[in-house]
Amino acid sequence: MKIRALMLAAALAGLGVTAVTAADEPQVVRQQAMKKVGAATGALAGIAKGEKPYDAEVVKASLTTISETMKTFPDHFPAGSETGHETEASPKIWENMDDFKAKAAKLGTDAATVLAQLPADQAAVGAALGGIGKDCGSCHESYRLKKN
Amino acid sequence: MGRRTRKLISGLLVLGVVGGAAFWWLTKPAPWNASHWEGLGEPDLANGEQVFWAGGCVSCHAKKGAEGDARLVLSGGAPLKSPFGTFHAPNISSDETAGIGGWTLAEFGNAMTRGVGRNGEHLYPSFPYGSYARLTAKDVNDLWGYMKTLPKSAEVAPPHELPFPYNIRMALGGWKLLFLTEKPRVSVDVNDPKLARGQYLVEGPGHCGECHTPRNAIGGFEPDQWLAGAPNPEGEGRIPDITPGSKSIGGWSASDIASYLETGFTPDFDSVGGSMVEVQKNMAKLTPADREAIAAYLKAVPAL
Repeated sequence: MKIRALMLAAALAGLGVTAVTAADEPQVVRQQAMKKVGAATGALAGIAKGEKPYDAEVVKASLTTISETMKTFPDHFPAGSETGHETEASPKIWENMDDFKAKAAKLGTDAATVLAQLPADQAAVGAALGGIGKDCGSCHESYRLKKN
Repeated sequence: MGRRTRKLISGLLVLGVVGGAAFWWLTKPAPWNASHWEGLGEPDLANGEQVFWAGGCVSCHAKKGAEGDARLVLSGGAPLKSPFGTFHAPNISSDETAGIGGWTLAEFGNAMTRGVGRNGEHLYPSFPYGSYARLTAKDVNDLWGYMKTLPKSAEVAPPHELPFPYNIRMALGGWKLLFLTEKPRVSVDVNDPKLARGQYLVEGPGHCGECHTPRNAIGGFEPDQWLAGAPNPEGEGRIPDITPGSKSIGGWSASDIASYLETGFTPDFDSVGGSMVEVQKNMAKLTPADREAIAAYLKAVPAL
């Protein structure tokens, strides 16, 4: 009885450990971070395109997400995480880590700057999004590899 | 030596000479007749600028990382890696010595559409004349007029770094004989003006197939694989399939594609990356109607 319970506990713990490990892998963490930034950008684009009404709270929340996420983003590229989990990270990241960090920081500070003077209408959100999109592209140009 | 052997040898010699002459004749640089470039009148500079952005000249001929007006300085030099060696884009600024400012319309047009250099030599198809061959004489004239308005640069670009046998220009005549064509790459309903325009832009000036279509060992497009995606010539990763069968963009609508070309954002707000970043900057300068035409064409090509 006792042994069975112990075995069950061990099995459950094992499951738990596996789940935690997968979600904790830096490749997965950074993919999730990019998805968060993408979703925030999408919310801004919805307003910029006029598909959604202007909402100051949404703009504020989206810009905060982008700027906060980018603060820690480059921390999720430790040595040993160059491959695996369908990563699209280019090996050039590890060759030019300083430049990679600078590019990530630029998006973070650009988003924070826009946040400090919150865009007040649809057109202003569109203009801000133009700058943010450029930051996305300038980093993805060098440091992301498409695999399919 | 018997009479028969002598006859055989001389026969072979004649064959060799005839064969060589035939090869030379079939593969010699073939510019258009002079009349092709005559009577085109004053160039329409606004259209020329549109052809310029559609053609993506900046992506290879401007300095890497150039922004704003610096993108219009076509000083060349950027390396283009390939399985055949590293090409360096030449200076095509309006400078008369370092650039092409001293060229005539016919010289420029024959380089663009026939891959023939100013001195009558074959040009390497790293310069995508295999696509530009589809340009109308009017568009070439307008483009040439526009390019003459751009700044001069006196910089001299480094020469190509190609190992033997790829450094033999004459062999390019064989490549042209096999692969240079103005024919449509795939058939779409050209009675639909939008599709016809999209086909012109994608197969011609846009030269999308140059990266998105896989090539055989001697650099020709694989048949029946139009826009099906290819290894990245610059190294790791892949250039994606952009047909309706694509895993990455097959699910996008035509307006998703047009919007991506305009803003650089995918439908789920991932962004453009890799060498497509430069291409998208150019596509953003086209008219909305042209981006929609490109999108319509990409939805109409065979799914692969």
